Amino acid sequence: MSQTNVIRKTPLLPDPAACQRVAEEMVSYALAAGADGAEVLLREGAELEVKVRLGETELVKEAGSRGLGLRVIKNNRVANTHSSDFDATAMKKLAAETVQLAELAEPDEFAALPERSEMARSIPDLGLWDDKVAYLDVQMALQWAQSAEAAARGFDKRITNSDGATFSRVMGASAFVSSAGFSGATRGTYASGVVRPICDDADGKKRNGFWWTGSRLAHQLEEAEAIGKEAARRTVAKIGPRKLATQDCPVIFPPETAKQLVGKLAGLASGGAIWRKSSYFAGREGTQVAAPSIFLVDDPLLPGASGSRAFDGEGLATRPNVIVDAGILKTFLCDTYSGRKLGRPSTGSAGRGVGGGAYVTTSNLILRPGSMSPEQIAALDGAFFVTELMGFGFNAVTGDFSQGAGGFWIEKGEKVFPVSEVTISANFDTLWKRIDAVGNDLDTRTSVHTPTLRVSSMTVAGT
Amino acid sequence: MMFRMDESAGRHPLDAIDERQCERLIAAALESGGDYTDLFFEYRNGGDYSLEDGKVKSVGRGVVLGLGVRVLRGDATGYAYTESLQEEAMLQAARTAGQIARSGASPGPMALHGIDLPDFYPVKESVLEHSGAEKVELLRRADRAARAFDPRVVRVEVYLAEGVRDVLVVNSSGVLARDHQPMVRFMVSAVVEADGKRQSGRSGGAARRGMEQFVYPGQSPEEHGREAARLAVAMLDAQEAPAGPMPVVLGPGESGILLHEAVGHGLEADFNRKRTSNYTDQIGQQVASDLCTVVDDGTLPNARGSINVDDEGNPGRRNVLIENGRLSAYMQDRISSRHFKTGPSGNGRRESFHHEPLPRMTNTLMLAGNDDPEDIIRSVKRGVYAKNFSGGQVNISNGDFVFSLTESYLIEDGKLTAPLKGVNLIGNGPEVLRKVAMVGSDFQLSGGTWTCGKDGQSVPVGIGTPTVKISEITVGGTQKS
Repeated sequence: MSQTNVIRKTPLLPDPAACQRVAEEMVSYALAAGADGAEVLLREGAELEVKVRLGETELVKEAGSRGLGLRVIKNNRVANTHSSDFDATAMKKLAAETVQLAELAEPDEFAALPERSEMARSIPDLGLWDDKVAYLDVQMALQWAQSAEAAARGFDKRITNSDGATFSRVMGASAFVSSAGFSGATRGTYASGVVRPICDDADGKKRNGFWWTGSRLAHQLEEAEAIGKEAARRTVAKIGPRKLATQDCPVIFPPETAKQLVGKLAGLASGGAIWRKSSYFAGREGTQVAAPSIFLVDDPLLPGASGSRAFDGEGLATRPNVIVDAGILKTFLCDTYSGRKLGRPSTGSAGRGVGGGAYVTTSNLILRPGSMSPEQIAALDGAFFVTELMGFGFNAVTGDFSQGAGGFWIEKGEKVFPVSEVTISANFDTLWKRIDAVGNDLDTRTSVHTPTLRVSSMTVAGT
Repeated sequence: MMFRMDESAGRHPLDAIDERQCERLIAAALESGGDYTDLFFEYRNGGDYSLEDGKVKSVGRGVVLGLGVRVLRGDATGYAYTESLQEEAMLQAARTAGQIARSGASPGPMALHGIDLPDFYPVKESVLEHSGAEKVELLRRADRAARAFDPRVVRVEVYLAEGVRDVLVVNSSGVLARDHQPMVRFMVSAVVEADGKRQSGRSGGAARRGMEQFVYPGQSPEEHGREAARLAVAMLDAQEAPAGPMPVVLGPGESGILLHEAVGHGLEADFNRKRTSNYTDQIGQQVASDLCTVVDDGTLPNARGSINVDDEGNPGRRNVLIENGRLSAYMQDRISSRHFKTGPSGNGRRESFHHEPLPRMTNTLMLAGNDDPEDIIRSVKRGVYAKNFSGGQVNISNGDFVFSLTESYLIEDGKLTAPLKGVNLIGNGPEVLRKVAMVGSDFQLSGGTWTCGKDGQSVPVGIGTPTVKISEITVGGTQKS
């Protein structure tokens, strides 16, 4: 297998079958070295990134990469190792050393591979690969970035500078093999482009903004010019911001900031956070955790979506899980370990990286859209429309939530001036119960699909 | 290329790289006409141990080896990397990076010369050479201390990460530099429960040291265990934080995060070369209260952010960025230092061989002033005392920043009173630095586990400050006065 070491000529197309063969070999070496159970995740990928700034090429980066992560269990003791050396001798050595390493851990009755009966039987094709994305080359990427930045700079003469336009493409194959009875591989592509214009403001300050497109599939990528113009429009709209007076007021979150709230809400339902008592959702199953208008599903099976996966990080079949139904918390998301800790089966929600073991993760989070248009939601006299959130101010144990925010002040349904340098605060539990409007404008670009959300009242701290 | 768990067994993987090979790679990188190239070989060997519910749950180990090749043509960068150190794969990476230049002549032969480097992080006892059982005992000691601190402690997690990063930087100017960069990182988190209320606290330390890290003041497993528990217990009684502008006293050490966000990033030369920083063209101007002197110091012994050599082959240095309020220098990488016609400042850093270098901070510090820390607190009628932070973020272009407090107290009539719930401070870097009203004599370097992110690259950094009074900053609580 040493030939997989050689960097091939571009485009280096990742090979799921080859990855799967190496992963199977690695598992057999681990079992031969004395492991009771072994799991291997192996990834091979290629990346391309170009950046254009002020019309000139600033960066062209192109490379292939690979790695494997091994988890062994011996006498209920766990060790995780990783390596990028796929030479058979090195893999055998890794197997022996990982089994040895496990002796340092202590027996953990919950640490065992899933039951054979739980493993995925078939692997659905979720359409995560697009040849058109895989074959995007440096010239096409540069052309996208150049057109997008030029469109932004030409949009408004107040755009005086640029932090450039970046276009990137990744593709990869991923194989997972478990001695509990699973061997599978998939491949995927993803491309994205972003433009970051800058304009001057008073007192030597500058205002920056950005807009972007991204998808696994080429036909879903938006035109460079459209992205550039939207980035420019959003940037000049920030000129001349004011602080707000400290007050309580309605707060509107368009999809780009709502998705951060939705991600945090799903994180609270992670089985790992529940048994660790590090989420205020502990003990709250079946109770109201959000307004009745809130429906949240984690759906790994959406065709072509960025967060989709055909099997989870432990080789279990994936399935949609309803997290919140009409504001009621329906379930915690579990991998095998947290499921056992909580006395229940896995929900097929295990993620896994090359560097470590399984953990609970979401796939595509979908907050069901409502019926109101963004304009209807903003039809208020006195509300804060939040386009940016900053900082780390969230305590999952208590729900205390305080973040830096920027955006616009709304009067009579219109954005009347940009706002910067304020914070918004509320207890997260209260915040979700105070959602009084859900938009019909679902944004599907990332793995968190959400429409605009409105909170009836939060504390804004400013002047 | 061999996977090795034990460094002492056999040759070091970077020993296999010889000068002739580097010269061939440099020639391949420049054959399309690039005007500069550097080769960045990296070998990382690390492990981690985690303890949860009183048990060592998992032990991990990993080795990473690879080469990143950068080719410059004017201000344009070509970059490629490979995880294989076979000559064919390395030549392919060199030529791929060289594609940024498509015309021109390749340079003539060059001679490589090793450069002498200081040793800012001598290590007495490399962590990797100690047995796993010894490290497991460190976790247990922290666990016991946290639980013994208070019966309300219901959960403890302890994490130890150890590692070494060996780098070999070779460039087409002929420089060849090799460094061995150790790091040990320890973290304890505790959850307490009382009367249906739950709170958590964390304490951790990191340094370029070996096992001796754990005998330094404040760095023993017991001290971190107790500190995590103390913080969680203190927060049980936390009250809602005030909302709105008020005086804030920044405690020594950890408050360096404010400096890092409020001015540090804005003084990285790439943003100033591109004129996207709010400090563009401000060299020589008053940008802060004259009480402020800010340095970026990569030479502090064994500090988390120290570097003997940066990832472009320049020795680590101490650079004065702001002197008595006046802006004196930016932090440079190669591309920017050429633009500004300054020498290198030892700030060209990268996360790994997967990444191109950028101007990055090392240990960013505000130097001590003359005020008695007690007097600083006494001078505030109503405000907030900031002690511990979870992180911060800044918008480079306009200087707006946020940083998140995990431990803070109300100041009433010159005294610390109630602990406050987690809250954000928000402000504008240049404006806040002009509002520095008092600077204490009690400089402290944070011993914390700080990691800085920029353009998707994470690097370890250090921070430090004395006690500092900001006359007014917006506190993002919920209690309106």
